[in-house]
Amino acid sequence: MTEETTAMPMSDTGAERQRRRPIEWLKDVRDNKAHLFLLGIMLLASVAVIDFRTWLVLTISGVAMGAMLFLMASGMTLTFGLMSVLNLAHGAFISLGAFAGGTVLAFWLDGFAGSPSFLLNLVAIVPALLFAAVVAGVVGLVFEKLVIMPVYGDHLKQILVTVGGSIILMQLIEVVWGPNEIPVTRPDSLSGAFFVPEFLPLIGGIVLEKYRLVAVVLGLAIYAAMLWVIDRTRIGILIRAGVESREMVEVQGYRIHLLFLGVFVAGSALAGLGGVMWGMYKELLTPHMGDEMMISVIVVIILGGLGSIRGCFYGALLVGLINLYIGFVEPRLAAVATVGLMVGVLMWRPQGLIPVIKV
Amino acid sequence: MLRRILSEDYPRSKPLTALLLIIVVSLVLGPFLFDGIRAFTTLGMICVFIMVVAAYDLMLGYTHIVSFAHTMFFGIGAYGVAMAIESMGNSFGAILVGLVGALAISFVLSLLLGLLSLRVKAIFFALVTLAVAFAFLSLVTQLYHVTGGEDGMRVRVPRELGPAFRPFEAPLPGIDIPTLLKGLLTQPWNLGQVWQESQFDLRFNGRNVMYYVLVAMATGVFLFLLRLVNSPFGRVLQAIRENEFRAEALGYRTVVYRTAVVILAALVATLAGAGFALINRYVNPENTLNFELMVFILLMCVIGGMGTVYGAVVGSTLFILAQNYLQDLLKWVGQYTAGIPVVENLLGADHWLLWFGVLFVLSVYFFPAGVVGQLRIWSMRRRSRQSPPPSGPAAEPEPEPQT
Repeated sequence: MTEETTAMPMSDTGAERQRRRPIEWLKDVRDNKAHLFLLGIMLLASVAVIDFRTWLVLTISGVAMGAMLFLMASGMTLTFGLMSVLNLAHGAFISLGAFAGGTVLAFWLDGFAGSPSFLLNLVAIVPALLFAAVVAGVVGLVFEKLVIMPVYGDHLKQILVTVGGSIILMQLIEVVWGPNEIPVTRPDSLSGAFFVPEFLPLIGGIVLEKYRLVAVVLGLAIYAAMLWVIDRTRIGILIRAGVESREMVEVQGYRIHLLFLGVFVAGSALAGLGGVMWGMYKELLTPHMGDEMMISVIVVIILGGLGSIRGCFYGALLVGLINLYIGFVEPRLAAVATVGLMVGVLMWRPQGLIPVIKV
Repeated sequence: MLRRILSEDYPRSKPLTALLLIIVVSLVLGPFLFDGIRAFTTLGMICVFIMVVAAYDLMLGYTHIVSFAHTMFFGIGAYGVAMAIESMGNSFGAILVGLVGALAISFVLSLLLGLLSLRVKAIFFALVTLAVAFAFLSLVTQLYHVTGGEDGMRVRVPRELGPAFRPFEAPLPGIDIPTLLKGLLTQPWNLGQVWQESQFDLRFNGRNVMYYVLVAMATGVFLFLLRLVNSPFGRVLQAIRENEFRAEALGYRTVVYRTAVVILAALVATLAGAGFALINRYVNPENTLNFELMVFILLMCVIGGMGTVYGAVVGSTLFILAQNYLQDLLKWVGQYTAGIPVVENLLGADHWLLWFGVLFVLSVYFFPAGVVGQLRIWSMRRRSRQSPPPSGPAAEPEPEPQT
């Protein structure tokens, strides 16, 4: 594709090249950087329709939602990419993380979480995040060993078994925490909002919720960390190689199953982390909250292309943004628009935006 | 005669035949054998879900298409009838209009879904249908001025199908089987009194008429699907299930077959949804469109036995009985475990689904063929043990249970 674009204008005259360039460039972006193309279109279309200040708030909220979605979805996409295991019980891990983290915040360290000091809040928040990740990770380990390992390579049985496992996990959550909703108040330093001073041009007077900014920062940090692990470390090389061809990695003498187990546990832990972030955002925990998020998670990983971390990130951003934009214009259509986006992208590129594997 | 009706697809196992006979007799004589509104509701639900699950089995068991949009079509049928009655009054014409409209919508939607499976591969299809079904659910919930939103809609059935309609003046005799069995077990010496106690008067009303309409529908759908899967069309479906590439190489247009199956299953589910609206007389997103309901259908199909239409009958009967009566059993067990801290909670009556989930996962591992498939495997083994095949061991290969 790149060869074509450089080679074609050479035969033309200079004037034609000047005229053609932007279109060629646009086509090139559309075909080779579909995720950026789509993101750009969405941002431009929405800024044209919505008032700029509202748009800015919506965009930041959308990115925050995207960041949380990315946390929840990244584990599932890697699990699929590496071992082609479709884990439909992923939503249960999201709930599990939310409940584990919520327990820390609402019952164990509620004194710290309620105090106005930022440092004391951290004493509650950091253990809550860690505890959520650890609980989800440990349950993920057990789940992989007990439920998923016997059905490698059989998609139909994986779907059946993980659906069953998801029921069991969800019921166990109800057994442990009871069937009622649990309210979780956000720690003091995370609630509230920043007011951008009025005198600033363009962005003056808008209100930014603190929690969303924190979610954006955490999401970006984890995305960066994951990219670093995947691109720069030995484990990352193995994971990428495993996604490309599992057999070849096995032939080289690596125990791919251990690697997969690690990825599964890490993915479950990330789901737990995303769950507790989402729980704090909603400030209400229900055993089915993970299942409700599963739809967005599935749309995200399909949009991005199963198995791709970058695709997952951009997919999450797209889903988060379209949810907020459409939700602002017509709240009833938010879910329909999300699914519509997915169907549209699938019609255009059946492999997703940044495909890595041949399904 | 029987051969024609069952399309030469016999149960092929004595215990299975017995089980099916019990189920069929219970369903056909249902209102005369079980007293009480709860038993009646259970019977109605079994009839509805036999249709839904048999259609799902056509996709899942015979073609290995995993679709999570089956409840969507079920809901379209239920809401179609409910909305038609809401706007046109409770006449049979309204029901017909609602049903035809719902079937048309289902046809178009399932055609689109089927064509989408042209573009995406099998595993994507499952995820896409899940997302589409969710979008539909949220649309129905949001458009509350048309659909009633979360509250749902009451379906005012025509008078002939309602409790006010009495085709017979005198009450009909009925025998309550549970009471009879209980009496026989606890006081067999008192036969006369037990017999007396278990008799009840059945006041046959419009709801019973509707029930028999459902029984007729379920029978028709079941026999039609049995005929279908044993036709050349069904053989092609099984070929696609075993090896799609090879089926295509043999010259079958697998896309056409897959799309046809998706459409057929959707239409049957729509029909069952209409029946559900009329017998339940109340539709809301939770009892027609919920994801949990979809999972239940999946469970029924797998537990009954994928790839055997009989599995739909056994699976939906077992599951709905469990759904309605496992709580009672757990409550009864709960009397003895009250006080033990963790066990008490685990065996609480609300957690019947937990045990069903465990049972389901175990059955996928150890009995992947489901109840029907496993009974058939057992009886086939017994038969091959009794009469060793004349032409060496290869004549009748013993099917190994897949692990």
